[in-house]
Amino acid sequence: MNYFVNEKGYFGDFGGAYIPEMLYPNVEELRTNYLKIIEDEDFQKEFHQLLKDYVGRPSPLYLAKRLSQRYNANIFLKREDLNHTGAHKINNTIGQILLAERLGKKRIIAETGAGQHGVATATVCALRGLECVVYMGEIDIQRQAPNVARMKMLGATVVPATSGSKTLKDATNEAMRDWINNPLDTHYIVGSVVGPHPYPDMVAIFQSIISEETKKQLVEHTGSDQPDYVLACVGGGSNAMGMFYHFINDENVKLIAVEAAGKGVDTGHSAATTFLGKEGVLHGSRSILMQTEDGQVIEPYSVSAGLDYPGIGPQHAHLFKTLRGEYVSVTDDEALQAGLRLTQLEGIIPAIESAHALAYLEKMKFTGKENVVVCLSGRGDKDMDTYLKYFGL
Amino acid sequence: MNRINKLFQEKKNILSIYYTAGYPNLGDTVAIAEELERSGADLLEIGFPYSDPVADGPIIQASSKTALDGGMTLKLLFEQLKDLRKTVSIPVLLMGYVNPMLQYGVANFCKSCAEVGVDGCIVPDLPMSEYEALYSDVFKENGLTNIFLVTPQTSEERIRKIDGLSNGFIYLLSSSATTGKNLQVSESTEAYFSRVAEMKLNNPTMIGFGISSKETFDKACQYANGAIIGSAFVKSLKSDNVIASVKDFMKTFKP
Repeated sequence: MNYFVNEKGYFGDFGGAYIPEMLYPNVEELRTNYLKIIEDEDFQKEFHQLLKDYVGRPSPLYLAKRLSQRYNANIFLKREDLNHTGAHKINNTIGQILLAERLGKKRIIAETGAGQHGVATATVCALRGLECVVYMGEIDIQRQAPNVARMKMLGATVVPATSGSKTLKDATNEAMRDWINNPLDTHYIVGSVVGPHPYPDMVAIFQSIISEETKKQLVEHTGSDQPDYVLACVGGGSNAMGMFYHFINDENVKLIAVEAAGKGVDTGHSAATTFLGKEGVLHGSRSILMQTEDGQVIEPYSVSAGLDYPGIGPQHAHLFKTLRGEYVSVTDDEALQAGLRLTQLEGIIPAIESAHALAYLEKMKFTGKENVVVCLSGRGDKDMDTYLKYFGL
Repeated sequence: MNRINKLFQEKKNILSIYYTAGYPNLGDTVAIAEELERSGADLLEIGFPYSDPVADGPIIQASSKTALDGGMTLKLLFEQLKDLRKTVSIPVLLMGYVNPMLQYGVANFCKSCAEVGVDGCIVPDLPMSEYEALYSDVFKENGLTNIFLVTPQTSEERIRKIDGLSNGFIYLLSSSATTGKNLQVSESTEAYFSRVAEMKLNNPTMIGFGISSKETFDKACQYANGAIIGSAFVKSLKSDNVIASVKDFMKTFKP
């Protein structure tokens, strides 16, 4: 079974480039150049140097002892929360800004949900001196104020998306419209493994540093580069794809993707795409998305702005359909409780997104021998208001 | 000969009007078509609304949302169009995004189009390669034409390919833009229109995106067989007196 992209831009039945003709030249330019650029020696050197000196990689693989005791397994946390800007998102934006420079682009646009990708994009634009415009849902602007402030201080223009649900999906629509209107000088830094080919593959490649490092670090900890389980949260799915990437062909490693059930899968307030979705086309690729019988996209809900997306990346849809990955979900309550638990057991305040992955540990049964890696994709600073209100602290 | 080929054989300066099905009121779809034909439109593009219309600007986005909130679906649209051909004789295209079509089933969609007398489709986010590989046969079986878009950035090679796959007309975008902007015929736009004209394509061309007035329509007609008006028309529709607003708008084009 091939779990990776084929020459037509598909992962099994999913992927492709369902884009209006206006975007064809931009996407085609990327498609024909991305691998050539990424595989270039100079690119690799600059990319890895920045990841080391600027982002602070490799991020630690931390054996969480008190968490391990609680679950009767060896729980390792891949500490993407310790990256510069506080999440895994910067791995991708460093890669894409270097690529944009090599394509001669002068202006960068991005969409953002929780604001982590927006901050990571604004950061690399400041670093390289490029103009930056970030589209963000009006509702997300309200619930993620600290990240909006950071983007502004970094010199980015934050444009509110006021259509539809005013969240990530709509911010993505607005960014695509901007790209249509600015076809020549602009590069769109898509923040997740979504969008038309080659974005899902390209973003996965940049995020795959997570599993590349994890393998080496596991050997030091356990003597083997193969854990029993790998867990990550999934909105669009970029941290999960980065965490899964180098384990996908290790068929003994169980891949668990945790979606946001919101108030519950059956409540009508959920973002659990594989439970609620059907196959279709969203934001330029064929995948699984939440939609009505008429093919209208359903507004998702999650307490976590980063998981509040009605689709998943096409490679995830393929892993789901082929049963290579197990796609599960946890509710807002379960995630918030898991966030507090990690804080009090390990002294780490996780992003609510990452807390979803941690919450699923409560539902697993271990025998004491298993090695389990959880991607701690981001830190919780941006979520303090939500945590404080929820727990009445 | 189908209605579209016939139209292009017989007429120049073809005026095509786009509007969103179910806007401003859910039941207006056919009444607007009838009035447009009476008022002198040559070709109709009826939009089936989608929740995430990335190629559209604010006006068509808003009309799509109103239509969806009012209950418009593809199924309902085909019911509304059931007797279209009793009162409307000009060619009619359906325009929309690929996902609602996929959920309806592309083969079913084509069959329903043929049943109600729709002549073809414009689906901006259906890639040429997918159309060619998966859907061109079922389009042909149902006598439907698929209209492709061309932008100033589309290469000559790709335009030739599009010409080969088309049977009706080619939709020239005045600029690479979302809908609802004003047409600015700069030197580079002019050069692009002329470049396409000189290619001597098999299919006629229509210019769309940014055509909002008699003046921009006339300008576009210098370079193509006609032009398409969308956002400007949709914006002019008044929910409390739809027919009068259609008449008023059309008067500025066909006095």
